[in-house]
Amino acid sequence: MHTKTNILSLPEEELVYPGNRACAGCALGIAYRIGLKALGKNTIIVVPPSCLTVLQGLYPIAATKLPCLNVTFASTAAAATGLLGALKARNRKGINVVGWAGDGGTSDIGLQSLSGACERGDNFLFVCYDNEGYMNTGVQRSGTTPIGALTANTPIKGKLQRKKDVPAIMSAHRIPYVATCSAAYPLDLYDKIKKALTYEGVKYIHIHTPCPPGWGFEPRYAVKIGKLAVETGLYELYEVENSNVRLTGASEKLMEKRRLLPARDYFRAQGRFAILTDSQIEQQQQEVNARWEAYFNTTEDPDEDTPD
Amino acid sequence: MQIIESGNVAAALGVKLSRAQVIAAYPITPQTPLTEKLSEIIEAGDMTAEYIPVESEHSALAICIAASSAGARSFTATSANGLLYMHEQLHWASGARLPIVMCVVNRGVGAPWTVWNDHQDSMSQRDTGWIQIYANDHQQIIDSVIKAFALAEEVMIPVMVCYDGYLLSHTYMPFDIPEATLTDSFLPPYRPAYCLDPDEPANLNTVTLSDVRTDINGVKAHGYMEIRHLLQQDMLASMDAIERVDSRFKNIFGRGGSPFIESYRSDDARFIAVGIGSLSYHLRDVVDDLRDEGISVGVMSMQLYRPFPYQAVAKALKDCQGVIVFEKALSYGYQGPVCSDIKSALYHYVGPEGSRPFVLNYILGLGGREILTKDLYEGLKLSCTTKPSSPDKPRWIGLKL
Amino acid sequence: MKDDYCRKTSHSKSGPGDAGKTGSWRILRPVIDPAVCIPAKRGTPSCYMCWLYCPDGVISRGIPPEIDYEYCKGCGICAEECPTKAIRMVEESSFIKEDT
Repeated sequence: MHTKTNILSLPEEELVYPGNRACAGCALGIAYRIGLKALGKNTIIVVPPSCLTVLQGLYPIAATKLPCLNVTFASTAAAATGLLGALKARNRKGINVVGWAGDGGTSDIGLQSLSGACERGDNFLFVCYDNEGYMNTGVQRSGTTPIGALTANTPIKGKLQRKKDVPAIMSAHRIPYVATCSAAYPLDLYDKIKKALTYEGVKYIHIHTPCPPGWGFEPRYAVKIGKLAVETGLYELYEVENSNVRLTGASEKLMEKRRLLPARDYFRAQGRFAILTDSQIEQQQQEVNARWEAYFNTTEDPDEDTPD
Repeated sequence: MQIIESGNVAAALGVKLSRAQVIAAYPITPQTPLTEKLSEIIEAGDMTAEYIPVESEHSALAICIAASSAGARSFTATSANGLLYMHEQLHWASGARLPIVMCVVNRGVGAPWTVWNDHQDSMSQRDTGWIQIYANDHQQIIDSVIKAFALAEEVMIPVMVCYDGYLLSHTYMPFDIPEATLTDSFLPPYRPAYCLDPDEPANLNTVTLSDVRTDINGVKAHGYMEIRHLLQQDMLASMDAIERVDSRFKNIFGRGGSPFIESYRSDDARFIAVGIGSLSYHLRDVVDDLRDEGISVGVMSMQLYRPFPYQAVAKALKDCQGVIVFEKALSYGYQGPVCSDIKSALYHYVGPEGSRPFVLNYILGLGGREILTKDLYEGLKLSCTTKPSSPDKPRWIGLKL
Repeated sequence: MKDDYCRKTSHSKSGPGDAGKTGSWRILRPVIDPAVCIPAKRGTPSCYMCWLYCPDGVISRGIPPEIDYEYCKGCGICAEECPTKAIRMVEESSFIKEDT
C-alpha cells in the first residue's frame, strides 16, 4: 500500500513550464502540474483538442517536459493503445502511457474509443479533467455539465439534463481502477495516480476541475469552489478498486463526521447557476441528502458512540 | 513460390513479408478476409506483430497514427464507409508525416448501402495527402504492399494500396510469393528519424499558427502553411522515389517497371482507353477485338493516382486522337475525377495542328453493376469512330433507367 | 536527416514562456509577508500551501517561498489558500514606479 504523500514529500521538480497559455486560476494548471509529478518523466501523454492542447503550448514551444502526441478529438484512447503497441513492438519497457482529455473528449466524442480500449484491457491510464463543459471553444454544454448550468448554448434556461456519470460508466467496464479526484485536493490526486499506475489494464481518473471564466467566479476562488463541491457532498471523491467502491480523502472524512455544507453555498458562489431558484437548489439538496444517507448507513454514527 | 489464393490473402502475405509491427483492424466487407488472415498468421505464431482489434475504423487509424509516431511499422485496411469514417485521420496521418500503409479494398459508398465494388471510396479521399497506388491483379497487390512500406518510409508520406473489392479481393488467381530473405533485404526494419521517446521529449502536432514563429532558441520555425507546403513538395518529389523503389524491386524480383501507368497496345494507338484496377484488364480484351477490326486503340491503366503522374500521363496520351476514360467513381455535379485530372495534364500539350486529343468519360460499374464486355466494346468503338458531342458530360454504361 | 524531418512536422520542444512573460497579465501582485509566512517564520520547510496550489508553478518551496513575478499571472489562489493570510494581493499599479 502506497503511503500518503504530503507537501514535503511531493517531488519538487516541475514538469510544466511557467508562462503557459492557461487562464489565470485555471484548476487544470494545478491538476496537470501535480499529475505530471506523479507520472514522472518516463511517460508519453496523448492529448485530444481541449484547453490542455492550449496549455501545452503552440508550435514550436511545448509547455511540458514530457513527450506528447496531439490527436483527433475522438481518438485519445485508441491512440494510447497505438503507443502501447509500438512500445511493445519495439521492446521499450516501463514507459507510462497516459491519455489526458477534457470532459468533452472523454464523456462525449471520446467515449467510444475509450470503451473499446477498456474492453480490450489495454494497459494505460486515462485521465479526464472535468471542467463541465467545452471551455476551450467558449463554454458550451457537454455531457458532464451539471443540470441548471448556464453555458454559451444553454444561455437562458440553463442545461436541462443531468450530468453524465462517466466514472460509473467506466466502472461498468470492470476495469481494475477508477477514482474520482478534485484539483482542489492535489495530494489525493497524486496518490491516486500513483496507485493507478500499479494496476494492469485501463485505469481511469476523473478530476473535477473548476474553471473561473466558464463557471463564473474569480480566479482566486478556484480551489475554494473545488473544495465546496466536495464538502457539500455534490461531488464525491472515491475509488473503485477491482469493483470495490469506497469514499476516500475529504469525502471519507465527511462520511465519518456526517456533516455536509449546504449545497446552496456551492451554487450561489458561481455565476453559471445564477438562474437556479431556491426550490431547484432545495431539490438538489434533497438528492444529495438521499445519496449521502446511504453512505452514512454504511458506517456507525460517531455521535451514537460518544454520547454528549 | 507460386500459389493460387485470393487478393485479400495476397495483401495479407505482403503485410507479413513487410514485417508490420502494429496492425489495427476493424471488419468491413470486402476487406474482412485480409485482416482475418493476418489475425490467423499472428495467432499461429508465423508473424510477430501487435494485432489490435479496434471498435471502429476511426480508432484503427488512430492506432496506426500513434504507433507510427512511436516508431513502429503500422498497417491497417478498410473499405467504403470505413475509409470515409477515417477521413479526418487520413489528413492527420499525412499532416504528421507518418509512413502508414493501408489497403483499401474498393467498394461503393452509402447511401444506399452497397457492398459491391466501385472506386468512389478511395477516389473521394484523393485530397487527403496520401499516396494512392492501384493494383490490377493479385501479383500487383502483394508486390505493391511490400513496395508501399519502402516508399512510405523513404518519403514519410502514408500510402494506400487500393484494389477492387470482390473482383480482386475474393477471386483466386496464381501469384508468386517473394522470398522472405529477399524482401528483408529490400525492406529493412523501419528506422524513424524521430519518434516519441521520454529520452527525447517533443510535443507533436501542436496547434500551429498562421504565421512563422521563433522557437525557444530564437530560431525561426514554420507556420501551418510552410508545413503544408512541404507536404505538397514532398508529394510531388515522391514520384522520383516511387520510380526508385519500383526499380529496386524489379532488380530483385524481376517484376514492375511501370509504377505510374501501364500501357497496352498503346505505342501506335490513335485512341487510348483509360481504366483503373481490374477494369483495365477487361479493357485489354475489348481492345484486342477492336484491333482485330482495324481500330487503332490501346489501354492505359493508372497505377498511381496521387501524386498524379501528370508528365507520364501527358506523354502517353498527348499524341493520340482521343482518350476514353472509364471510371467507377464520380465527382457529383461534374465528371469522373480521373477524367478531369487527365484533361488537366493534357492542357499544356497542343499538337502540331493546334489541337489536343478529345477526352471522353464513361461512368460504369457503380455499386458493382456488372460491366459487360459487349457494353465496353460498343462504347469504345463508338468513341473511336464518331465525332464526340458534349464531351464534358460523362456518358453512362450499363444504366437501366 | 532528423532535423529535416522534424521541420516538416509540428514538432515542439519544451521551454518556458509559450504565452510570453505572463507576469504582464497580472492586475494584482501576490506579496508574501515573511513575518506571517509559516516556513519563513519558522525557518524550516513547512506549510507550502501556496506552492502546492499555484496553477503555474511559479512559487518556490524554499525558505521563504519566492514568487517568480516574470510569469505569475496574479490569480490570487496562493493568497486565498494561505492558512495564515501571509500573502496580500497588491495593486500592480503601485509597483510601476519601483519597476521603472
